[in-house]
Amino acid sequence: MRVEICYARPQLDGRGAKLLKNIQASGQIPTLKAVETLDVILLDQTCGLTEAALVGVFADPVVQQGRCDGTGPSVSPLPAWTLAIEVSFKAGVTDPVAITAREALGFRLQKPWLEEAVVQTAVLYLFDLSTEATPDEIAQLTARLHNPLIQQAIVLKRSEWAQGRRFPELYPVVKITSEGRAETVPLTGLDETALLKLSKDRLLALTKEEMRALQGYYLDPKVQKARREAGLSVEPTDVELEMLAQTWSEHCKHKIFQAEIAYHDKVTGEATQITSLYSTFIKQTTRDLTPERPWLRSVFHDNSGVVEFDDSTLVCFKVETHNSPSALDPFGGAITGIVGVNRDILGTGKGAKPIFNTNFLCFGDPRTPAEQIPSGLLPPKKVLEGVHRGIIEGGNHSGIPTVAGGFLFDESYLGKPLVFCGTGGVLPAKVQGEDSTVKHIEPGDLAVMLGGRVGKDGIHGATFSSLALDEASPTSAVQIGDPITQRKMSDFLLEARDLGLYKGITDNGAGGLSSSFGEMAEASNGIRLDLDLCPLKYAGLAPWEILVSESQERMSLAVAPDKIEAFLKLAHQRDVEGAVVGQFTASGFVEAYYHKTLVAKIALEFLHGGLPRMQLRAVWEPPVRHETPLGNPANLKELLLKVLADPVVASKESLVRQYDHEVQARSVVKPFCGEKADGPTDGAVLRMYPWSPKGLTVTHGVCPRYGDTDTYAMAMNAVDEAFRAHISVGGDPERASVLDNFCWPDPVESAQTPDGPYKLAQLVRACRGLRDACLAYGLPLISGKDSMKNDAVMNGKKVSIRPTLLVSLMGAIPDISRACTTDFLEAGDLILLLGETRPELAGSIVEKVLGRQLPGTPTVRPRRALAYYKTLAQALRRGLIRSSHDLSDGGLAVALAESMIGGRCGAQVTLDEIPGYFWHQASDAELLFSESPSRFLLSVAPGHWEEVQKLFSGAPLSVIGVVTSSPRLVVESRGKRLVEAELDELLTAWNALATLV
Amino acid sequence: MINVGILTGFGINADLELGQAFEMAGAIPQFLPLTSLIEDARALAGVQVLAFPGGFSFGDHLGSGRVFGQMVKSRLKDEVDALIARGGLVLGICNGFQTLVKMGLLPNIEGNWTPTVSLITNDHGLFQDKWVKVRYNDKSVSPWLRGLQEADLPIRHGEGRFVTLNEQVRKDLKERQLIALTYENENPNGSQDNIAGITDPTGRVFGLMPHPEAFTSRFLHPLWRRRREVGPLGLKVFENAVDYLK
Repeated sequence: MRVEICYARPQLDGRGAKLLKNIQASGQIPTLKAVETLDVILLDQTCGLTEAALVGVFADPVVQQGRCDGTGPSVSPLPAWTLAIEVSFKAGVTDPVAITAREALGFRLQKPWLEEAVVQTAVLYLFDLSTEATPDEIAQLTARLHNPLIQQAIVLKRSEWAQGRRFPELYPVVKITSEGRAETVPLTGLDETALLKLSKDRLLALTKEEMRALQGYYLDPKVQKARREAGLSVEPTDVELEMLAQTWSEHCKHKIFQAEIAYHDKVTGEATQITSLYSTFIKQTTRDLTPERPWLRSVFHDNSGVVEFDDSTLVCFKVETHNSPSALDPFGGAITGIVGVNRDILGTGKGAKPIFNTNFLCFGDPRTPAEQIPSGLLPPKKVLEGVHRGIIEGGNHSGIPTVAGGFLFDESYLGKPLVFCGTGGVLPAKVQGEDSTVKHIEPGDLAVMLGGRVGKDGIHGATFSSLALDEASPTSAVQIGDPITQRKMSDFLLEARDLGLYKGITDNGAGGLSSSFGEMAEASNGIRLDLDLCPLKYAGLAPWEILVSESQERMSLAVAPDKIEAFLKLAHQRDVEGAVVGQFTASGFVEAYYHKTLVAKIALEFLHGGLPRMQLRAVWEPPVRHETPLGNPANLKELLLKVLADPVVASKESLVRQYDHEVQARSVVKPFCGEKADGPTDGAVLRMYPWSPKGLTVTHGVCPRYGDTDTYAMAMNAVDEAFRAHISVGGDPERASVLDNFCWPDPVESAQTPDGPYKLAQLVRACRGLRDACLAYGLPLISGKDSMKNDAVMNGKKVSIRPTLLVSLMGAIPDISRACTTDFLEAGDLILLLGETRPELAGSIVEKVLGRQLPGTPTVRPRRALAYYKTLAQALRRGLIRSSHDLSDGGLAVALAESMIGGRCGAQVTLDEIPGYFWHQASDAELLFSESPSRFLLSVAPGHWEEVQKLFSGAPLSVIGVVTSSPRLVVESRGKRLVEAELDELLTAWNALATLV
Repeated sequence: MINVGILTGFGINADLELGQAFEMAGAIPQFLPLTSLIEDARALAGVQVLAFPGGFSFGDHLGSGRVFGQMVKSRLKDEVDALIARGGLVLGICNGFQTLVKMGLLPNIEGNWTPTVSLITNDHGLFQDKWVKVRYNDKSVSPWLRGLQEADLPIRHGEGRFVTLNEQVRKDLKERQLIALTYENENPNGSQDNIAGITDPTGRVFGLMPHPEAFTSRFLHPLWRRRREVGPLGLKVFENAVDYLK
């Protein structure tokens, strides 16, 4: 049965109005006059509710009406419709609205819900066009309304309707009745070619060395003997093979960061052997800093990094990427990324509560003309729209404020968008009197799967993300997260945590149960899983699919047998599904049973330690560039307006306003500041408790274009950018920790990647830059992640991303009432520039805007900078600074414009006393637009200048101008007026993106 | 002491800060999962205030607040009526307001929980987080609003457009002074008559789209660094409730 719900009166359909506005803004279909949308609920076997009862459940009696007789469109407020398109989810894809509809109906029926009942939803769009829609227009509309990967769109013209054609009474349902079973896969007798074919055919994403190692295990006579005794075949089962492939995937094992690398620097002649970038540059950095950073609590080995906030509170932070899924299904990929990283926080220690999200999103330029987009790839604007919607829904529906983050646009992200999803959490230092970071899982504890059911969604996510995107990328790798289901689970978990109902917890992300229980089993040294006990969305999953499915909203737990009853009872009461699916053992093996038959038995030691280390080659040779100095372009105002209007710099307010950044009532420094709340801030400041002045800061640093000359400088700059933003908002220089997220193009040398050694050398150098900056600033790395295959191959054409390192910082601020923002406060305040300016424009935004290569890689001198960072922190704490804005893209010129926009005021500035040793070598344009790091644009009340000057004695600080009440930017040099721009002109340029997306 | 019951579950998410706000106002918040109340509603007998926090109950699917409202109405109507009858207060913020409206507890002019107003998708179709200026109705009898005139508050919603069933309802709201607060200077969502919140005829049931619980400290105001005075805190609403019940 179809239930169609629509608004009873015109002009009430906000969803339709938005769509109409967007289509009209795009200019795509000039004949379109009106749009109306209807909600459709399709039901089968829901045991006889009357039409009135159904409409009562689904329609709002005040404004809506509903029909069940299939005549819906003709009675809608748009009787003149000429074209109808109905969009619904494909079979097997999570439909969150249907989940709610099911609950609402079940509640209305007040009786046990029938398993066989079918509830589906669709959205029906009615269009009124002044002329009959052309096939081209229909194609444009359907492309806009749905993603064919996960949805279907049915088109019906009015003429067809008149002939009696109707939309379906029901959409196809996943119906698999056959029982899955485990298969044996011949492996021991295969030669190299056959091994590689097996890896490719089954999407194992393993190399020939790795396949050899697998084969070696099964050839081992001791293993063979044990397998025979256990009643298993000598050859692996598909369950084992899949489990090993997931566990050994690049995604889970970070093989490139663990590899043995022969690094050769052609300039210096250096030849170094590096065993594991991760151990050498990341872990070791934190180890070196541990003595001076006693507040580190749990780093690297849990789902997120944990540090102390105060005596009784710990905070944790994690950033993940979800690039490959977002390339295929931008909405689903992004929302799954968010709820996924939220689960990392839930699974940290004994369980933490997420208190903020922060997302950094990288796309191709939304202005890219269609002909420049390789076929097979989604246009960047469409990717942006989908990801953005996913971030909105993922964060807002979960009740976690999106407090920081950013957008980056670069043509290299055409092939794969980068979707960095970060979440911070809080946990009490002690839970039931015990250190909250400790999990202890013992043999005999029960293995519990909690949350959603298992379906075919998200199978092979971990291995798929370890491959380049191509035409054959599997659609089953896409999942859609449901924040509401997860919210219920997360409320329940925090309740259960405080009652001490479970002992260990981790999230189900990439690799599904095989990864989560595979990891947890290390604690007790073994596990037995009964795969048939896992609740399924529908029958017919093979045992290996149950084990590796990445169906969302699931956590894996260890529960003591004497607590299991209370645990499951509370779960049931809170409407969360939980099931015992196995038991932890001390057998040394992961054993999986399916209907009491052993289908997998792998030694833990081999599962986690059997992976051979990759041997890779890295060769550094500086790239050849054709640089010419910027000189002094004739019209600097025009250049400034161009820079402000570039999507990288332009205001993102139209996008960010749609994020809830204030739920939980913590936001002291919000994404925007200033008189009209539209000036950008350098980072977020959050209060933790209403009764305490102590707070948190959240900032980021990322600057992939600097990697064009040297990724060492790029990494140093990324760290500096995050740290100086932390300082700028008022953070404590002694109390900040960072996360590293590397997104790289494939750096492994091969036929498709002949420049692998260079890309790997870039990675080595980035790691060195990261280490050097972190050591110098005293910033421990507490967690991180890497994604190493960010290439897309379409029609034989390869698009690789610029190597990208995102540094995310979480720090402490001792007193939120001293937090600072970027907006100029009052006319007459002195404008100060802190930090040295050098002619450094290689990789700058000006380079991008002008389309020509400029010299001077922005170079961080951390030891010099740290001294005045500490002074600035002191000045801020004493309340001497009225505004502080760290300089980044577009340098001084952009920072001035932004501080003016926030303050709705003007600035009169001279370039005669810009601090720095090389002022005499720099042109005026270079002084204005240089992106030298470690700089701040400050303003101070004139009465405080003397004290500030004394405090900063010896630091590169000068007064460069004054805040004015006339809304105008005036920049002079040696008496000559270089720039004179009205605030309104700056604002118009800076708001360029709002009309674009 | 004043006991405040705060409903939780099914996607409600602004419960903790609502509890903090009541606590700062001197009351004792008690978090009540709807799933528990459905099994055993006795806990409601012990509260003087029942509060419906913001959030996304059931993901706003099938209309914000509708499914949650149906559950409350079909299982807890008698208990809520009893609470109001004995002089207790009810508050709904954002998703809570949507719930009160969809189940007919606001404006409830006839006293039988028949829905006569609704909150639907914003006229621009977008979720928005921003601060707005609101004006409280000084002719309202509601204890929640005493002494309040003008204030800044954040809104965070995609479905805040207030509409009435017909002109009669619209007239009744005005004439009976049931409009609790209106948006000033701008209408952020297309609400009829700029309505941001309403009460029932007793004034004891109050719902609004803006979030007073997110403005319990001057440091949460977007202009706290630029203004010495940031106007009355949202906290005042909760203090009013506690003063009234004391």
